[in-house]
Parts: sequence; structure tokens; C-alpha cells
Amino acid sequence: MSGVTAEELMAITASRLLADEKVVFAGVGMPLLASGLARRLHAPRLTIVLEGGIIGLSLLPGKLPISTNEMRAAYGAQMLTEITDIFLYAQRGYFDYGFLGAAQVDMYGNINTSVIGSLDRPRVRLPGSGGANDIISLCNEVLIVTQHEPRRFVEKVDFITSPGYLSGGNSRADAGLATGRLGAVVTDLALLDFEPVTRRMRLRGLQPGVSVSQVREQTGFELLAGNEIEELRAPSAEEIAIYRELRDGPARVLAGPA
Amino acid sequence: MEQVAVLAARAEREAADRPVVDKRMTAEAAVALIRDGDHVAIGGTLYSRTPMALVFALLRQRRRHLSVSRPLACYEIELFLATGALDRIVTSWVGIGLPWGLAPIFRHYTERGEVCYDEWSHLAMGLRYKAGAMGVPFLPSLTMLGSDLAAALDLQTVACPYTGQQLAAVPALNPDVALIHAHRADIFGNVQVDGYRHMDVDIARAARKVIVSAERIVSPEQIAATSSQTMLPHFAVDAVVAAPYGSYPHECYGLYGADLEHFDAYVAAAKEQGPAAGLRYVQENIDAHPDFASFVAAAGTARLAALGAEARELTAQMPPTGATP
Repeated sequence: MSGVTAEELMAITASRLLADEKVVFAGVGMPLLASGLARRLHAPRLTIVLEGGIIGLSLLPGKLPISTNEMRAAYGAQMLTEITDIFLYAQRGYFDYGFLGAAQVDMYGNINTSVIGSLDRPRVRLPGSGGANDIISLCNEVLIVTQHEPRRFVEKVDFITSPGYLSGGNSRADAGLATGRLGAVVTDLALLDFEPVTRRMRLRGLQPGVSVSQVREQTGFELLAGNEIEELRAPSAEEIAIYRELRDGPARVLAGPA
Repeated sequence: MEQVAVLAARAEREAADRPVVDKRMTAEAAVALIRDGDHVAIGGTLYSRTPMALVFALLRQRRRHLSVSRPLACYEIELFLATGALDRIVTSWVGIGLPWGLAPIFRHYTERGEVCYDEWSHLAMGLRYKAGAMGVPFLPSLTMLGSDLAAALDLQTVACPYTGQQLAAVPALNPDVALIHAHRADIFGNVQVDGYRHMDVDIARAARKVIVSAERIVSPEQIAATSSQTMLPHFAVDAVVAAPYGSYPHECYGLYGADLEHFDAYVAAAKEQGPAAGLRYVQENIDAHPDFASFVAAAGTARLAALGAEARELTAQMPPTGATP
């Protein structure tokens, strides 16, 4: 396991959750990278969609987009359309996965990317929802990938930018969000899901070498635990190599001494 | 939330003449349509096809009490803030781009409560413009329900009259003026773009006045020969501005990539000096130049050629690969 970064571990774990011949609506950054990795491994017919009006893109290794609205994001795409159209496909039910990162997530999977502190006089004004609120509201199954730290995993977010299960139980459906469910949260320590009745976050798997108590220490609320907690497979050499090539570009052939 | 006035916006369009005339003018003359207190919608998204020649012309005029809306906003918002032009931001996201972290000047004003930020979801912004473009007061949607965004905006819900289903009632937005940058236009204002269209069609059709800048002014015959690429008809456009590199330092699909080094320098200064850096940027990159072409020329031909080569590489047909079905 040595030499694998937290980011690589998260992206590789998350990529395994994406099945072939599905459609994933990905945020830029790690969700997009994990989706691109899935396409190069077990899901070659996975269709990646970005909110910038881009459907069926192919990532150009080493030239990954830093925005969902730019030419690198559109590289090799099957269709370029309008932003609103993309979200309306989501509302219609075409998108199997919505795939997001999170600055702050709580025990019910609510995400905050708006403010730390109060809305009127925030301690930190974050950029805002972008498409995250829509993705979590409209996609069929939502996956969240983020680093496991107490400041990110909080009992209650300061502001619900993007609604998960709100206050648990049936509260999401009661608010009118009749569709969509939160599938999994992937971190550098664990794989988590949501208990079906209370809708509270639950531990399902551990990254190699990580203990339950380590996960609890890095979680700012009481985490439920499933009956069976699996040990997640360590990244394979192939997964690591393909991920790095995607991120950094084709590996340079080693030349002789300079 | 500002009062929407779809019927008033319709009445204006109904009463207006639709002359088929040469609508070309300078960027400065075009943005003179904008008054203090207006709501200006800026087309493109983040750092893609931003109507920068028009934005710079507006910044030069130092308007006051503007509201600005955009699908996703980039550093142009910080320039409006730093020059004291802005009362209200209406969007779903403000930043420079992922690698640059939080936008420092935006933080300065929002955290002090010195500007209103109406934060909508991305789709809700799209539906606000689309409702305005359709001439209806709201559109129902499944988005934003249950969130604190909805609560902060006092977003209302509506029950479907047929099924009783609860839906968000996203209110129409009819901006006073829309600024749009395009690849091509003829002198009458038939407008074409290549690649993704962002929210530009709905923004333009929702707005009371529409100013379009274009990389190239082409003949009406060329427009007619490639009519499937036409995004807006002449009767929906009020002014046409010729603006080569009119999105620079942002990208224009197929023509030039975004100048990320330009962003690096801007963000480094803004992180260090806050609003003063924004004001100095405007003085040095806008006020000190006679026009936008002069600002673009200062980037140097080598830099512009490199951005052009990048755009051609990324938008050329991709060779087939094993991974593609």
C-alpha cells in the first residue's frame, strides 16, 4: 500500500462502484477522474456527463479539465448541448449516478458548500451550490467522495446547500424529493452508506489497514456500523498505473542518465 | 427576491420596432444601454465564452448599484465588486476555478455583508432564465426542495393541479440587459456559436435588451448557408459588436483556450492585497488601454498563438481508441 496517496485510494475505491452501460453525472475533480478510471477498467461503456452541456466525453490523459465548462471537458464528447438540458435529463431520470465531492457532509448526507458560520455574516463564504444541489436532488443514486476528517464529517452542516436525507427518516421524501437516493460515501478510510430506516450514515467497509476506531476518531458524529464490515480491496498495480496515467499523462519512457 | 415582471418584459418586446438594420456599434456605445441600477446577465459560464470585451467596456464606465447574474461566475464578479459597481450577485457559484481556491475579493465583500449574494442552484438559474425566455412567471421543478438555499430565498412551492405533487416554483428572471459573446454574427444580429451553448439562448431571450459581441462579422449569406448553427435570430438582438478575442483571457470554443497564467497572476495579487488588487487590475488592464483590442494585443502574439493551437488540438476529431464503443 505504500506510495498510494489518499486521493488515489478514494478515486480507485469510488471507481469500482460504477457499473458498465450506466450514465454518471460527475462533478469535476475526483468524481470525474474516478469515472474516467472506471471507463478504462471495468466499465468501457459508462457514459460520463458534465453539467457544462457535455455528454459522453473521453478524458485526454494529462489534460484533465479544471472546470465543467471548457474544451478539455468536451474532448471526444458525443454531444454538446445547453447546461439546463443536462439537468433536465437528470430530472427525467436518465442519470444512474450523481457523483459529488463535499466540503462538509453530515450524518444524513446533507452537503454544505455555501457558508461556514451564518449565512448573513459567514466566517467563510464558500463558492455555492453550482450543480451539486441539482445533482443530489435529481440523480437516481448519489455517490459522495471526500477525505475523512472531523471538520468535514460533522453532526449537522452549517447550511444545507445540497439535501441528502435532511433530518432522516422520511424527511427527504416529505420535502418533495420523491426520487433519488444516496448510495455511498467513499473516503480514504472507509466505505459508508445510509441505514434504510433512520437514514443515518453507516460504516460498511474499511480501507486496508484501517480500524473501526480510527474511522470513529475522524468522524464528528456517532457512526452506525453494519453487521458485516468488509475490508476493501487494496488498489491493484493496474488501477494505480491507469489512474496516474489519466491524471499525469502517458508515462515518460525513462531515458538514460542525463 | 426581486419582483419579476414577465408581462412588462413582454409588453416592451411587443411594442418595440424590429428594424432589420446594421446594428454594429462599438462596445462602449453598446454598454451605454446599461443604466445604474440595472440587472445585467452575463453569458457564457465561468471562464468559457465570457463576453469579456463587453464586460470590460462596462467596467470602464463605473456604473453603480448593478445586479449581475450568470450561470457560474468567475473573476469578473470580483472586478465589479472592487470598482464599487455591484449591489447584488445572482448565481449558483462564484470562484476563479478549482485550482485557485476561494475567490478572495468575493469573500471580502460577502463576509462583510457588503453585497447581496442570491445563491440559487445551477438548474434553478437555468429555469429562471428559461421561464423569462418563455414569457411565463415561473417553472415547476423537483430541484432545490428541502434545502437551506430554498429557505434563504423564500422559494415557494406549488401543487400540481392534476396530481397534487409538490414542486418548487422557480421564478422567472428577465434581466434588463444580456451580454453575450459568439463566434459569428451578421450585421443584423443573426448569431452563431460553435460547441456548448451554456445558457446563452435563454439568457438572451429573457432579457429586455441584448448586446452580442462576435469574433467575426460574417455575411447574411454565410449565416443562411450554415443556419443550423444559428443560436439567435436578428429580431432578438439589439446591438452587434465586432470583438476578435472577445472572451480573452477566457476561452472561446475551438478558437482559443483560457489563459490560465493570466489567472495565476490575478489570483496571487488578489490573495495578497484583496480589493485593492482588483481595482489595480481594472486600472492597468482596462483604464490604461484605449480599447479591448489593445488589452488583447498586450498578451503578445506568441501567447495568443499558443492558446489557439491548444484549442485546435482539443476540438479536432479524436482518433478512435479501444475504450470507445
